[in-house]
Amino acid sequence: MSQHPTTYVPKSAFGKWFESRLPIAGLIHSSFIAFPVPRNLNYFWTFGAILVFMLVSQIVTGVFLAMYYTPNASLAFQSVEHIMRDVNYGWLLRYLHANGASMFFVAVYIHIFRGLYYGSYKAPREILWILGVIIYGLMMATAFMGYVLPWGQMSFWGATVITNILAAIPVVGDTIQSLLWGGYSVGNPTLNRFFSIHYLLPFMIFGVVILHIWALHVPGQNNPTGVPIKSGKDAVPFTPYATIKDIFATVVFMIFFAWFVFYIPNYLGHADNYIPANPSVTPAHIVPEWYFLPFYAILRAIPDKLGGVIAMFASIAVLAFVPWLDTSRVRSTNYRPLYKQFFWILVADTLLLGWLGAKPPEGWYVIVSQIATAYYFIHFLIILPVLGFIERPLPLPNSILDSVMGVKGGAGLPTGANAEPQSKG
Amino acid sequence: MGASRHRRCAVLVFGRMLESQVAETTSTVVEPTRRDFLFIATGAAAAVGGATLVWPFIQSMTPDAATVAAGAPVEVDLAPITEGQIVKVFWRGKLIFIRNRTPAEIKAAEDVNVASLRDPQPDSARVKPGHNQWLIVYGNCTHLGCVPLGHQGAYEGWFCPCHGSVFDTSGRVRGGPAPINLPIPPYTFTSDTKIVIGQEATA
Repeated sequence: MSQHPTTYVPKSAFGKWFESRLPIAGLIHSSFIAFPVPRNLNYFWTFGAILVFMLVSQIVTGVFLAMYYTPNASLAFQSVEHIMRDVNYGWLLRYLHANGASMFFVAVYIHIFRGLYYGSYKAPREILWILGVIIYGLMMATAFMGYVLPWGQMSFWGATVITNILAAIPVVGDTIQSLLWGGYSVGNPTLNRFFSIHYLLPFMIFGVVILHIWALHVPGQNNPTGVPIKSGKDAVPFTPYATIKDIFATVVFMIFFAWFVFYIPNYLGHADNYIPANPSVTPAHIVPEWYFLPFYAILRAIPDKLGGVIAMFASIAVLAFVPWLDTSRVRSTNYRPLYKQFFWILVADTLLLGWLGAKPPEGWYVIVSQIATAYYFIHFLIILPVLGFIERPLPLPNSILDSVMGVKGGAGLPTGANAEPQSKG
Repeated sequence: MGASRHRRCAVLVFGRMLESQVAETTSTVVEPTRRDFLFIATGAAAAVGGATLVWPFIQSMTPDAATVAAGAPVEVDLAPITEGQIVKVFWRGKLIFIRNRTPAEIKAAEDVNVASLRDPQPDSARVKPGHNQWLIVYGNCTHLGCVPLGHQGAYEGWFCPCHGSVFDTSGRVRGGPAPINLPIPPYTFTSDTKIVIGQEATA
């Protein structure tokens, strides 16, 4: 934002008076109206806006749910049923919030793989990428704590399993576990503090999202060619081009969201969570929510408690190092014929891990989990660094404009094509 | 007279120049002033004070007095537990299995090559002398805390449905990801059919 001196000129006298005291209108104008956007962005670039929408949606529905929810171990389950049965439109608020979490992760996974495919983590966007990894971590913590709140069987046992994971950390593990529990086991104090932190974290996410957008607006957006904007002809102004496209994509995403909320609201949940928490019986098959399954598979693949915990955290932490693990100077995978194949193998490997995470930990599922886990780390720690040295990338277009116009090697452009869209009025 | 005064004056001026030069070059090692002391002392007080303020917030998250009080020892009557039965009780919110073992289960637990175990412990170390039919263990798997199912798994002890850990009739881990045996809670026999969980024998 600071990189783009605003061209905003207030029209009214009040506008001038206000702008000289708080230049927020100019900031918005330079960031979201006049901001230059590469003209070749595809629909994968709309997921940032969709994610902002999902964050706001989760905060709004969550604030209303908190008006009716009771964070007490003996009342929580009943209060959720009260929301579902008695509160006017309570069913809608809860289904929007519960399915909204899943939609948030659908969008974030597309957003992350978009970044991995188009090399959006490469210089000068490393800080932007790391902020994204931090947001993802905060999202996972928030989603986990939120799932505990209804205090059903999956809530209770999910909390038990995850807090026991933290106890595996050497030296400080037991202290962390005790501070999370507030007692000798998962119980009422645990539920109270999870509710408090679940309410806090989304606002922390909101803060990091602002930093994420700020870090995005310094170098500007990446694009499918990975070639930076070189002239005004490569770009279009954010408004109306990106604004309208983002709104359209968000509306399409809302239809997908609404299909879950209104037709299959419990499809992504577990029936066991409609049984009140019972510390003496574990559900036959504990499975986390779908968005944690790949990491759950990695946790279970290692036949050692601490080793499994380290592998699980490492599988997320490795993402933060991707800007330096990828040694190729070409950003977009469109111009990396070898890496393109390995990218899709990674996608398949992650989906396979997700599928394995939902399977019982026995027989050949364990072996396949171990192979898939090994491949996940081999991709990031070996394939990604090595490919940069041995791969011969395809020739890059001279500019975004050349790529859009299908120009190869400086042939003439059709008349009018190189007019600057900003100057069209 | 006049000349000598002049010379003295020149020496004085030169001396002052020298003094000011020295002061300039050594300005980084000037004597600390009272202002410096106050600055550092105030900063240190603020840092220590701020750090101290964290203490009550962290302490508020530890188990409170009511929770600790509710964790007092509990008495369990073993008389109604029939042979082969596993009973679940709670102490400090933690599940505890009380298993009245059959002679076959005791024999299976004792006839094990202890050295071959992941967490080597003879059965005799896991029960109280003279009460070896009673196995009393925490009921949460040592992997991630699920409740294992009794009388299941290859050793008919327990089997954890979550991640596949297998325990024998002494509650020792025999397979799966669990790192250690099911721990033994502190307990003591007050009579042949009564135990107090949470209290070790004082003998």
